[in-house]
Amino acid sequence: MNMMTAEIKTVNRFHPLKFMMWLGIAGMVMLFAALTSAYLVRKAQGNWLEFRIPFIFWLNTVIILLSSVSMQWAVKAFARYDVKKYRLAITTTFTLGVMFLVGQYFGWLQLDEGGIHLTGNPSGSYVYVISGVHAAHMAVGLLIMLIGVLRAFFRPLNPNRLVNVQVMATYWHFVDILWIYLFIFFQFNLA
Amino acid sequence: MSSEVSNPVVQPVFTGDSTHHQDSEGEIHENGHHEHHKEYFFTKYVFSQDHKTIGKQFLITGIFWAFVGGLLSVIFRFQLGFPNQAFPFLETLFGKWAPGGIISPEFYYMLVTMHGTILVFFVLTAGLSGTFANLLIPLQCGARDMASPFLNMLSYWFFFAASCVMLTSFFLPEGAADVGWTFYPPLSGVKESAPGAGLGADFWLIGMALFIFSSLLGGLNYITTVLNLRTKGMSMNRLPLTVWALLITAILGLISFPVLLGAAILLLFDRNLGTSFYLDKIFINGHPLDHAGGNAILYQHLFWFLGHPEVYIIILPAFGLVSEVLANHARKPIFGYRAMILSMLAIAILAFIVWAHHMFVTGLNPFVASVFVLLTLLIAVPSAVKVFNWIATIWQGNLRFTPAMLFCVGFVSLFISGGLTGIFLGNSALDIPLHDTYFVIAHFHIVMGVSAFFGMLAGVYQWFPKMFGRFMNNTLGYIHFWITFVGAYMIFWPMHYMGLTGVPRRYYSFDAFQSFNMFGDLNKFITIAAMLVFFAQLLFILNFFYSMFKGRKVTDPNPWKSNSLEWTTKINPGHGNWDGPLPTVYRWPYDYSKNGDEFIPQTVPYKPGEEKLHH
Repeated sequence: MNMMTAEIKTVNRFHPLKFMMWLGIAGMVMLFAALTSAYLVRKAQGNWLEFRIPFIFWLNTVIILLSSVSMQWAVKAFARYDVKKYRLAITTTFTLGVMFLVGQYFGWLQLDEGGIHLTGNPSGSYVYVISGVHAAHMAVGLLIMLIGVLRAFFRPLNPNRLVNVQVMATYWHFVDILWIYLFIFFQFNLA
Repeated sequence: MSSEVSNPVVQPVFTGDSTHHQDSEGEIHENGHHEHHKEYFFTKYVFSQDHKTIGKQFLITGIFWAFVGGLLSVIFRFQLGFPNQAFPFLETLFGKWAPGGIISPEFYYMLVTMHGTILVFFVLTAGLSGTFANLLIPLQCGARDMASPFLNMLSYWFFFAASCVMLTSFFLPEGAADVGWTFYPPLSGVKESAPGAGLGADFWLIGMALFIFSSLLGGLNYITTVLNLRTKGMSMNRLPLTVWALLITAILGLISFPVLLGAAILLLFDRNLGTSFYLDKIFINGHPLDHAGGNAILYQHLFWFLGHPEVYIIILPAFGLVSEVLANHARKPIFGYRAMILSMLAIAILAFIVWAHHMFVTGLNPFVASVFVLLTLLIAVPSAVKVFNWIATIWQGNLRFTPAMLFCVGFVSLFISGGLTGIFLGNSALDIPLHDTYFVIAHFHIVMGVSAFFGMLAGVYQWFPKMFGRFMNNTLGYIHFWITFVGAYMIFWPMHYMGLTGVPRRYYSFDAFQSFNMFGDLNKFITIAAMLVFFAQLLFILNFFYSMFKGRKVTDPNPWKSNSLEWTTKINPGHGNWDGPLPTVYRWPYDYSKNGDEFIPQTVPYKPGEEKLHH
């Protein structure tokens, strides 16, 4: 993301931008490790409401998995400079990402209708906050991806940007895997 | 563009101007190379991407905060030293916060809270790591700049935004946060609990969130730069200890700060959206609040999971700076280079598994406590290794007592004094009576606060010539050192005795306590010493800014006869650091007084038959 990336590209080391992404992922892992361990500590104390997570979360899980597949497809298309396929793939990924976020919103509505509110027993609050912080990570990813989508349509593919697309894909797969972890975590702990 | 990609050499191309344009995702399109280019005031001094300028920005912002944080402590020391005595000028200055010239209890708590926050985070984290990681990592690794100068710039501006938010909070009608720098709920979780628990606390949380982003963006860069952008020959075991220390500091920050962010997010929800993560069955003025089912101790676990590594985030850069300056001014190789690195790594690992020693009185299971005691006391081992190595480094050295060197020697003294009381506090049985007394205040101020300050000041005196091409005034430096060194002991040493008799910290007044009244004169003494030390720091600030413009000019590019790479640049290096190709490194940075050579820079190849002091 800077003026040096182009120059360092061929130095025989791990690309700094990619390396930075992995470091960032380490930080984000710590954030969610903190939140989910807070959850476990609190749960162990008792007075813990048990409920089923909304069905729509299952659907969202499928959507986010599909978006990872299409993201990978986008990286491959970009690497071959196949503009048409890249446009299709990145737009699909973006759309699936938006669908996921909208889906999460409906999931929260479903929870609320089912009597699990943001306030009240912390077992519900944790689900809202943890999935909310995850959704914020998705939203940031989508904002950055939007730039990529716009570029795909209005600018020629630039070979030097392959690394940016790859880093974007790493982030996207990370938030995907993160959601799978959270999903399984909730499944095990709630019902 | 393609020629750039195929060029394996890192080119000295840096601009902040129109020949490169940065597009939305941050990539640079280069239209050509040139080393000399016009820089505008704005891109050179304000939104600069040059790591050296960013380092100076961190330093000057840090000095500003150190002034504010120090001033706050002088004001609350008035109340402790001269309780209930009216100082009309205080009312003139602070109005309703000091009615009749006496500091109000609310103001007192605001002062201590903000003093802690500012010094721990804004000065000794951002001001210390931010300054020296930015200045020294690229220069000592032999890099043109950080891995991502753009993110690096963002790191400073997030810090700047955090600073603005914190500073603004002082001017809110209810004042800044006043619930203690550790921000424990329920006090911090309920807006009605104190005047500063309302808007002031929200400002504090937002300021801290911005600060955490700044610190993480900086950390990503520091780690990536050290691991990816070292020059030819600069293997990890040829890195100066400063760089090692700053690397480990950044790793600690990367792993621990997100946990604090998580704690802050939950707290924000409790405060503003009615959740019950930390709050449980609270009555305010007889009325119950809606919260139920929260766990306040949970916050302490999350907070101290950051909080303990945080003290090493503060002290490790000082370790690095002191090791470098001591070896340089003792004209001797650092003693136990590898042991220094290993001990820092050991401290960094232990940092994450000792947090509950801050929580011995929270009802922690005594068996769990005993595990934390053992792990805590283990930290004494690597710490002692480091102290031994520093003393062995200056043993029989050819010492040059520059102000930087004096601050390093002072650092070692303070680190020993403060470290020993850590052994008291690390034992849960001893900690229970000593917890939340002035003994704790004395311990952490000496071992972490003043020590880290000494490391930082040593660094400023040592690298000032690199930053501004001028020297600081030595005489003022010596006066600054002696007053600060003697004064720091005068302030904090007596507090041990107070703490041993049980004088609790954070109390506004001891009037009602017969047993603590006997310390009235001692408190007066401490207050006067604190004022004296504060004025000595003003001398430093004067020296700093005066020397920046009028100091003696540096004529020798390597004024300290040092071996590390930053002194192979021009006196005032431009963006990109080295005019020609990057230097190549052949040896470690501590070849002092070897075979009759006083010093051998890292860029000098081994002579035929020369013995390697270090492999």
